[in-house]
Amino acid sequence: MSVENLIFEKGAPGRRAATMTALDVPKESLESMIPEGMLRKEPAPLPEVSEIEIVRHYTHLSQRNFGVDTGFYPLGSCTMKYNPKINEDMAVLPGFARIHPLQPDSTVQGAIQLIFELEQYLAEIAGMTRVTLQPSAGAHGELTGLMLIKAYHESNGQGHRHLVLIPDNAHGTNPASATLADYKSVEVKTDPRTGGIDMEHLKVVLDSNAANIAAIMLTNPNTLGLFDSNVLEIAKMVHEVGGQLYYDGANANAVLGITRPGDMGFDVVHFNLHKTCSTPHGGGGPGSGPIGVKEHLIPFLPGPLPAKGDNGYYWADQGPQSIGKVRANNGNFGVLVRAYTYIRTYGPDGLLHVAQSAILNANYLRHELASDYEIAYPLICQHEFVATAEHQKEEYGVTALDIAKRILDFGMYAPTIYFPLIVHEALMIEPTETETRETLDFFVSVMRQIAEEARTDPEIVKTAPHSTPVGRLDQALAARKPNLRWTPGQEVTH
Amino acid sequence: MSYIPNTQEDQQTMLEKLGLLSLEALMAPVPENVRLRRPLDLPTALAEPDLKRLLNGMATKNKNQDTTRSFLGAGTYDHAIPSVVPHLQRRSEFVTSYTPYQPEVSQGMLQAIYEFQTMVCQITGLDIANASLYDGSTAMIEAVLLAIGPGGRGEVVISMGVDPQYRRVLHTYAHTRGFNVKEVPVRNGVTSIEDLDAAVSATTAAVVIQQPNFFGCIEDMRSIEPIAHKGKAVFVTTITEPASLGVLASPGDYGADIAVGELMSFGNTMSYGGPALGFMSARNKYMRLMPGRLVGQTVEEGGLKQTGYVLTLQTREQHIRRERATSNICTNQSLLAVGATIYMAALGKQGFHELGELCLQKAHYAFRQITAIPGYKASFNAPFYDEFVITVPVSTQKLQQHFEQAGIIGGYVLGKSYPDMPNDMLFCITETRTKEDIDYLVKVLKEVQA
Repeated sequence: MSVENLIFEKGAPGRRAATMTALDVPKESLESMIPEGMLRKEPAPLPEVSEIEIVRHYTHLSQRNFGVDTGFYPLGSCTMKYNPKINEDMAVLPGFARIHPLQPDSTVQGAIQLIFELEQYLAEIAGMTRVTLQPSAGAHGELTGLMLIKAYHESNGQGHRHLVLIPDNAHGTNPASATLADYKSVEVKTDPRTGGIDMEHLKVVLDSNAANIAAIMLTNPNTLGLFDSNVLEIAKMVHEVGGQLYYDGANANAVLGITRPGDMGFDVVHFNLHKTCSTPHGGGGPGSGPIGVKEHLIPFLPGPLPAKGDNGYYWADQGPQSIGKVRANNGNFGVLVRAYTYIRTYGPDGLLHVAQSAILNANYLRHELASDYEIAYPLICQHEFVATAEHQKEEYGVTALDIAKRILDFGMYAPTIYFPLIVHEALMIEPTETETRETLDFFVSVMRQIAEEARTDPEIVKTAPHSTPVGRLDQALAARKPNLRWTPGQEVTH
Repeated sequence: MSYIPNTQEDQQTMLEKLGLLSLEALMAPVPENVRLRRPLDLPTALAEPDLKRLLNGMATKNKNQDTTRSFLGAGTYDHAIPSVVPHLQRRSEFVTSYTPYQPEVSQGMLQAIYEFQTMVCQITGLDIANASLYDGSTAMIEAVLLAIGPGGRGEVVISMGVDPQYRRVLHTYAHTRGFNVKEVPVRNGVTSIEDLDAAVSATTAAVVIQQPNFFGCIEDMRSIEPIAHKGKAVFVTTITEPASLGVLASPGDYGADIAVGELMSFGNTMSYGGPALGFMSARNKYMRLMPGRLVGQTVEEGGLKQTGYVLTLQTREQHIRRERATSNICTNQSLLAVGATIYMAALGKQGFHELGELCLQKAHYAFRQITAIPGYKASFNAPFYDEFVITVPVSTQKLQQHFEQAGIIGGYVLGKSYPDMPNDMLFCITETRTKEDIDYLVKVLKEVQA
């Protein structure tokens, strides 16, 4: 247990790291160039530290952080697969990293080509007609997709449609994106027998709101890790009342080469390239959330879109029906280079093997853990599954949170907990395809040990973690007395 | 090439434990009517050396900022990146981690973000900052949405001096959400005070001004602030060139309520415009309305009560609040924020001021040289930071052709976004341009004129 001081508590007045380039032009007074009222009065009180202090400080911080490169990261719904090193090397090539977004097309032919081809690859993987790479992340893709759906309905005189159906096990971004798109969310229940959409409930919801349904947002396989085999029927029912189908691609790792959202009847799909295409999560970002659409939605896509002509690649403006831009510039290009590299690494057979292996690893863990943990839906799962600690909680007072914290003691990250919301004490486990059988077996042995501890020595689980840089932190205090920045003289408990 | 470690034998062993004969049995839940019974139509797999050759080839087709003299800014700026930044930022414990949901093993990222939030406050002069947003344009949108409030239908007053791309994004969101946008014209390079005064009313939810504005001009925020605040509007400043904060008054100082913008140029590569690094900094009163992640300092529950860091105030967020969240943001730009944090620490108090002044001095030198060439005129006489607008004596298209031949990436052609400025070009000079670069540009401009 230790504390690393803040960078602001290090250094001394006058110390510095970076040296600035020389002023090689005649110097004028600041006052002659900036009106007095707009001159900065006090310098920004940034740290005064030397380079060695910076290096040690951030090296120490990195050592207090757990990544996929550190160990197993079975965080459900986040697809924490290994991030290949070649992808990083390609993204920082000067020809990709050192180009300005507003350079003339003729000077960025390689970049536009990469974007053009990646769009085509993703369209093929998703079974959609056209893709845009502009959205910055999954939730941004969701919002963009809903904007397209809205523009489409408006163009058909159906602008009054204002309801978006969202299953009760959906990611929180779905209803939040719907709100942001000025839609109202309507919850659709899960069938407790199958883990899929409750078809009776769906029918009732559709019948009672038929004229006002704008869309349904689905994840398939869903957040229980189960493939909803009724998906074609659902698509038919929603389309019949005039609604559109949105595919949340958070779980697309499970479908690569096996099935495609377009073939399931979806009209819009988003990808999370930071999940499916292994671009690193970077402690929470950057991501990238391309969306693919069927033919009828292409005119509404944000622009510009890349095109190929006689004189090479160029950016083509979208027509008047386009929703406009959803961010500045051309998407998270650095992430796109990594995703492109990833797809070219695997090719068609490799991507299918990715999905199959991810599914095998998940089912293997599900099978091996079933002796000690209740599985919420004991069926063949896809890339992930949900276990529950309800039994441990009732019998021994050990919660999903306690188990998650105890896992950290064994040099592994924890599963996603308390999600999906419809499973009590949920432990959502996604091993991904990049883990060895030995790692999976070790995880199983740890989970069995924790189950045993819950029976015989619950305190060790309830007070975990014991071997991490800090123990459990006071979340309530953080929210009650928010301290979101350092200020001089602030006390730190060492 | 493959990153799947398990061999066929491993997989067979696992299948046997499951009592299954083949991988195909695991696909059973996917009904036949949606199965893809053909290989994906994608190029075949490439080995690492071959893939490197392919991508190197594509990369070298692009003219990059190291091999050409570029005078392009317009929202994306080239600032030198000290070597210490990428070396630390790319440590794989940062790179390969997820959003720090388990704080006990994520203290490194959480503390770095807490330091980021602090440094953003230090340069903006405001009270709080969030853990980052997608980019400057979407950060501006989030500020506007915060000002409008849930279900709100107020109007937004925005200067035409704000980056045209940002305004296009605003119009996209405004259409979807059903709020009005009033654009205020620019006169002599800065927001027209009279028109701004006429546009702001009791129903105005937000007033958005960029500083320095898209033309590089310095807005008179001291005159704008009382107008922005004459009703109940939130005064939002957009900053795309953060180096300016080394020498220009901070948003906190001139009375902005929220500062948003783009920090990509601090320690991160421009990468054709993304990933970028949006930031949002605000007065304390907006804390519980902030979008995105917030890191807070706290102490251990028991034991030694040591200091630690956690994601906090999460009841604002989508995974808790769902349809009532302050934003749908889930992903932010943590890794870029780490880069910007290390960058700001490396520059430090003194270096940050020096950076601000270097860009200013070099740009003013270039301005003096260019406007001394017969035929090239300053479009405005407003004060400017490190970009300025020149009315050129030939068509911008012809000028671009000359630039290409001379190995220059020229300024931004303003006619694309401002049709009434067909012969105007926006030049950017940051500290990375040398006197020699500038003199070369001047020489080429003279030749064009001749």
